[in-house]
Amino acid sequence: MKVAVLRFPGTWSETDFAHALSLVGAEPEILWHADANLRGYDAAIVPGGFTYGDYLRAGAIAAISPAAAELRRAAAEGMPILGSCNGFQILCEIGLLPGALVRNRHLEFRCDWVHLRIESERTPFSAELRGEILRMPIAHGEGCWVADELTLARVEANGQVVFRYTDARGAATPESNPNGSTSNIAGLANEAGNVVGLMPHPERCSEELLGGTDGRRVLEALTASRHIGTAPAYVQ
Amino acid sequence: MSVTPMISGTTTAQPKYRLPREAGLTESEAERVRALLGREPNALEWGMFGAMWSEHCAYKHSKALLRTLPTTGARVALGPGENAGAVDLGENLLCVFKVESHNHPSAVEPYQGAATGVGGILRDIFAMGARPIAVLNGLFFGPPELERTRRMIRGVVGGISFYGNCVGIPDVGGHVSFAPGYADNPLVNAMCVGLVERKDLRSAATARPGSAVYLVGSDTGRDGIAGASLLASFELGSADETKRPSVQVGNPFLEKLLLEATLELVAQDAVEAIQDLGAAGLTCASSELAAKSNAGMRIDVDRVPRRATGMVPYEVMLSESQERMLVIARPGREADIERVFARWELHGVRIGEVTADERLEIRSGGDLVASLPPKALADDAPEYDVRAWAKEPVRGAPAAAPVAVEHSQAEGPQKIGLELLQLLGSPDVASRAVLYRTYDQMVGTDTVVGPGADAAVMRIKGRPDGIAVALDAQPRVASLDPFIGAAAAVAEATRNLVCVGAEPLAITDCLNLGNPERPEGAWQLERTVAGIAAACDALGVPVVSGNVSLYNATRGSDIWPTATIGAVGRIAEVGKHIPARAGAAGDLVLLAGSAQVSLAGSTYAAMHGQVEGTVRIDLALEARLQRFVLAAHARGAIRAAHDRAEGGLGVALAELAIRDRIGMRVTLPAVRGIDKRVMLFGEGPSGIVLVIRTADELLVRAIATEHDVPLWTLGAIGGDILEIAPVLGTPVEALARAHGDGLARALGRAS
Repeated sequence: MKVAVLRFPGTWSETDFAHALSLVGAEPEILWHADANLRGYDAAIVPGGFTYGDYLRAGAIAAISPAAAELRRAAAEGMPILGSCNGFQILCEIGLLPGALVRNRHLEFRCDWVHLRIESERTPFSAELRGEILRMPIAHGEGCWVADELTLARVEANGQVVFRYTDARGAATPESNPNGSTSNIAGLANEAGNVVGLMPHPERCSEELLGGTDGRRVLEALTASRHIGTAPAYVQ
Repeated sequence: MSVTPMISGTTTAQPKYRLPREAGLTESEAERVRALLGREPNALEWGMFGAMWSEHCAYKHSKALLRTLPTTGARVALGPGENAGAVDLGENLLCVFKVESHNHPSAVEPYQGAATGVGGILRDIFAMGARPIAVLNGLFFGPPELERTRRMIRGVVGGISFYGNCVGIPDVGGHVSFAPGYADNPLVNAMCVGLVERKDLRSAATARPGSAVYLVGSDTGRDGIAGASLLASFELGSADETKRPSVQVGNPFLEKLLLEATLELVAQDAVEAIQDLGAAGLTCASSELAAKSNAGMRIDVDRVPRRATGMVPYEVMLSESQERMLVIARPGREADIERVFARWELHGVRIGEVTADERLEIRSGGDLVASLPPKALADDAPEYDVRAWAKEPVRGAPAAAPVAVEHSQAEGPQKIGLELLQLLGSPDVASRAVLYRTYDQMVGTDTVVGPGADAAVMRIKGRPDGIAVALDAQPRVASLDPFIGAAAAVAEATRNLVCVGAEPLAITDCLNLGNPERPEGAWQLERTVAGIAAACDALGVPVVSGNVSLYNATRGSDIWPTATIGAVGRIAEVGKHIPARAGAAGDLVLLAGSAQVSLAGSTYAAMHGQVEGTVRIDLALEARLQRFVLAAHARGAIRAAHDRAEGGLGVALAELAIRDRIGMRVTLPAVRGIDKRVMLFGEGPSGIVLVIRTADELLVRAIATEHDVPLWTLGAIGGDILEIAPVLGTPVEALARAHGDGLARALGRAS
């Protein structure tokens, strides 16, 4: 499986993702944003970082890069696309995912391990993982997902919420929410289910040596995916 | 070529810094400049000398002492003198590292001061061609209950978080101290570790005549003008707000671009030499690069991209604007270099060329505005040997040990248990998670053990081995005896490496001291360097890089002499490091090394308001202890290890228990002349708590005997209570809470 990993000025998780993807048997390739062509790839990753310093608003400048149009095209054609951390922020800014990510409620950057409950398996990154509790690192200052009530109701009703912050037993409590995100939402999908964003870092927990392997299950879900290139499979 | 520099008052409006005194030079230093040049320098030239001959750049008061440090060894690939030092990890991979201070800027503007401190140390590493893989911080603040300390911490920690997170280098550990002496003059030390293939190692000493000089990165602004000479080389005073313009402003995004572009140019072998711009800006970078390369340089200052209009050559040459790099092109590779700059959307401009004549010529508007020998700037500053006037201060006869702790025999375990909880939650002992959770500790996916452990452990992708890094200091001990304090800091940093199973390779040192012109300051500086040298010799670790920050004094009052020691070690198989765990039920708990602890300089005594007494270190025992633990680990016998540090044995055992939320039942070692409370809370170097399997006890005892290291079996792991007979029994949950919340509570933050 050929996976494109996008690199913008200020991206810093691209090599981390490339390394983790190679561990699950994928063939990652890092593509420079300005001339990224996703044709010929089976999936794309928009990794974490501080694209353009996040100076205006996290992901806002990357969202007007030529890569944005390419991501829109590939998303419409059903390509599995995963945005993590800054990548999630970029996908929201592009409009491929609903809602927006704002500053953590406590106003601090937070790097820690969190627990996530998998809420939906209708995506290539969560297939067969529904109900599982995964432990993953976060590292962000703007990871609080917000949306208007209508959007929130719609994503919940559509089963677009893929990852929810919980405690170790799977209860979505205020204490287990590391950034004040609405309804403890840690990650979600577009309506078709092929585009997924999450604040946590699966690439940072894909090896026992680094303290956990739960992130590997998300990447393995992708490589094991039977639905590649068949977007309608995700539509309810 | 002999040209008389023109001082053009018509084309360039020179600012008022005409006098050498205003450039920070003494009258005799000014005379030395005149003698070296054989003429009167112009205003710009005075400014350049003032910056380059500042304490910060020239190490005038420390150079003679620094030469006494051991700097060579089998593993040393590059000793002091370049942007950073390096050790050889084998198979052509080098580990490059350095620690540096950013104290005065942080005192004046905590957020930007700390942020640009991180930026500066990162550039030192990637200017060598190395990719930074980890950052550590040594932070020293005033008492946490003071509002200004809290403000300072918010600023400093916020600045480190802002900069390091954005560039994407994990912050993996460090040291935080609180003491009244740092209230007005906090210390902010930053260490960076990087990796480079030997063939990619770059230097500032390899520029050749004829090669093009590029300035790349930030445009040059009026920020940080003469920071080295005006801010970093004098005591802090009451008008520090007026020095704010001398503090630089950081742009971590630009640093990230500069990092990637620089390493790409190195990988393409398109550059001949690199030097980052830090203190004294373009003046320092150009003169040092030319001096080290035995060459000269011609710079057209008008080509330097500016952030502000109307900047005169003086401002451009002395600006300390951040995120800039001087890059010397390999002949014929100029187009490649410009292409890489353009792709990373960096402003890179050809500002001159390297020349053969050993002169640094600065031109503006067609005029020659400065013409100086680079070596006069970089190498010829006077040296002052502080030993000539160093004098030990006269103190009252030191008490053998603090007397704070006179307790009636009737006191039961409850009282001592409460004292342990109090100590665990005290600012010097409590978990630092409330601070480091705002730093990205994992980006790069190489962090095997992050902050909170004895040392950080980093893997190296594609290799079986890994490195361990620790950054430590012993300021309270040093306040009682600067020699012992500095030696103890080296011992602690290397011992912490041993506690994760790493063999210490080398250290980097950041010496933070007061005013060296006063007899006591001179004495402290001399004793501090002597302590480091003694410990390095005894432990077999050389110093490969470092930094000296003097004049850390406010209104005539010096800080405690503070040597921050960064140590790097190697783990042959990174998967077999000693984990930051507690072991399993039934495992044995041992104390190895010295049981000769006292309350002198201890956290316990300080908590009772006493910092006094006689401190000691046995460096030969320290060396044997470290070798013993590594030997036992090599036999697979060590399940867990933890340094006995702040808070003594009681805290070490509690911290071990907290790691896995598992209890233990132990008995304090009985040592003649040391009462139970002192044994529990007393401090002293050369103590490591070990956890081993019962089955390994004979083996471990045999290895200890072989290394002549005393060993006490204290008890066994199990249950959920820390029971230290005969003094206390406390639930591990309560210990964990006290340790976890302590710092947030001390800082008045709701947790």
